[in-house]
Amino acid sequence: MVVRTPGVGPGETSAAGRRRLGWWTRAAVRAGLATAGLSRRLGLGAGSIIGGRVTLALDAHALRRLAAGRHVVLVSGTNGKTTTSHLVAAAVRTAGSVAHNAGGSNMADGAVAALAEAPDAEYAVIEVDELHLAAVAEAVDPTVVVLLNLTRDQLDRATEVGAIASAVGRALARRPDTVVVANADDPMVVSAARPAPRSVWVAAGSSWLGDASSCPRCGRALVFTEPGWECACGLARPTPDWWLEDGKACTADVVLPLDIRLPGQVNRSNAAMALAAACAVGVPAERAVSALREVDVVAGRYAVVRCGSQSLRMLLAKNPAGWAGTLSMLDEARPLLVIINAREADGRDTSWLWDVPFEQLASPHVVASGERAADLGVRLSYAGLEHQTVADPLAALAALPSGEIDVVANYTAFHHFRRRLGRKSNTGVTG
Amino acid sequence: MSAESTVTIGLLLPDVLGTYSDAGNATILAQRLRWRGIPAEVRTITARDVPATGCAVYLLGGGEDTAQQFASDWLRRHDQLRRVLETSAVTLAVCAGLQILGRTMTDAGGHHYPGLDLLDITTAPGRRRAVGEVIATCALPGVGSLTGFENHRGVTTLGPGTAPLGRVVTGTGNGTGDGTTTCRNEGVLTDHIIGTYLHGPVLARNPALADHILHKVTGLALPPLQLPDQAALRDTYLRGRFSRCG
Repeated sequence: MVVRTPGVGPGETSAAGRRRLGWWTRAAVRAGLATAGLSRRLGLGAGSIIGGRVTLALDAHALRRLAAGRHVVLVSGTNGKTTTSHLVAAAVRTAGSVAHNAGGSNMADGAVAALAEAPDAEYAVIEVDELHLAAVAEAVDPTVVVLLNLTRDQLDRATEVGAIASAVGRALARRPDTVVVANADDPMVVSAARPAPRSVWVAAGSSWLGDASSCPRCGRALVFTEPGWECACGLARPTPDWWLEDGKACTADVVLPLDIRLPGQVNRSNAAMALAAACAVGVPAERAVSALREVDVVAGRYAVVRCGSQSLRMLLAKNPAGWAGTLSMLDEARPLLVIINAREADGRDTSWLWDVPFEQLASPHVVASGERAADLGVRLSYAGLEHQTVADPLAALAALPSGEIDVVANYTAFHHFRRRLGRKSNTGVTG
Repeated sequence: MSAESTVTIGLLLPDVLGTYSDAGNATILAQRLRWRGIPAEVRTITARDVPATGCAVYLLGGGEDTAQQFASDWLRRHDQLRRVLETSAVTLAVCAGLQILGRTMTDAGGHHYPGLDLLDITTAPGRRRAVGEVIATCALPGVGSLTGFENHRGVTTLGPGTAPLGRVVTGTGNGTGDGTTTCRNEGVLTDHIIGTYLHGPVLARNPALADHILHKVTGLALPPLQLPDQAALRDTYLRGRFSRCG
């Protein structure tokens, strides 16, 4: 079943909701935008987080008011949020203007900033951290919620994955008009999305079941019967409305080639989810697919950055599930630089490195780097991988030969490294 | 034992108690044997398997509440395995795995349920979750400081005569002490069971603890291993810390 929202056409709801913004909300938005601009001019960052915070501090209901009257697509899950939200935004842009937190600021402040910066956009595509999905969905009354996957991300976050899934499920159950586009292959997602009154199931695959082999509802071991899974308690894989077959996205009615530029099976899955979401807000499928094909760099990820005689392909992987998708993208012939930090945004606990099958790496030259280079180095030794350990990533580049290099970093490591590369080359980093 | 016979490491229920990456402990034990020329094999025992009872070492990891209850029921159903854990094998149990080996556990709703009764400990939920780095002074001679990352809400009380694995220097550990000082205990130590709240995994951060287990299992004097990043790793977590307790 492909759900289309009836009566939705570009421009139909237009700015009616936004014209209802009271003077106080308008002032709060202006204050937030001014703060963001100042932050940018001072070189402190993109400014979306601080700007959004200022707006929210002045008007606690700013998110609800800014979202009113727009068709909002929320994109959430543990991995692939940023990439999928870029894909959805590209597809929805073929139908009208889109507000999008493209930089990946994915809490309420980032959503407020994105909406404030595009006050006339009819659509909004908002990436939302899974811990904040329930609250944001409550505020913005989304047309579509995309739920990609739910695995553990940051081990030190107090809430366990099962508790996140329950909170999301309760929030979705209260939204009779919202269409939930959910991954049928992820048992945790299915347990979270099942209470939703309207759902579109996508067989998007699940590259890592490290957290998902016991039933999210009752704790029993799940029984996997390719392509399905089920539990004695009754939780089972729903029949998909969309599925992938030989690189094509299929429904009962259409077969569309998904020849996207982004690498890896995991991005074909993200594209299938994005396609289903775009269709659910009324974008014709063929037009959506053409737009998905144009996306090549996502917030600096997959970008190729020149640095002297070296050409760095920048990949971001921040947990075992992310790595499972990334390993298949790596070029075995290239040297590999892995950069690991353990700041708050990364999760303080580095144990997750032991669930990454580094044993599969075939790169001829591996360098472990970042603030937790030693944790990574010990892990690589036990994986039987010869490597060098150079904590400073720029110094690590000096230890690598010229030519093409794959770089994989976790969240803060990725962004710090990009910034330092940008300063070093003084020409800016593409993407 | 002779150097030729393979040491089998039983990784229990990684599909159920795999949330905190404690399966790494199995890789570490096996590699540390192989690097010394001793054949080693990791046998993964999932909830669907009939558990092998001939392993020299068994490992249990941490997991979420529903998974923990399932794992506890599963272990109690496999009585032969329980007997092996009680009498002959060496067991390393982490976090939820540690709690399961005790007498009873209490969940967040106040419901009590039985453990395997291999350790004289009881666990109840604390007021808030303990999340962060832990340093403890290990009771085992030669092991020194233990480092690890804890993430649990369990407060574990040791019965009289049950010894802790160490004393907490920083962090929460068991959340209880011996009542005579303000120092808190970390983990449990019996003749052949080591229980701890430490992830990291614990044996990656504390190779001396890994070698203690391997010495118990093999009876061999194991030559030291020099891993390139090990000293830097321990320095990352132990630097500038000093012991008030233990």
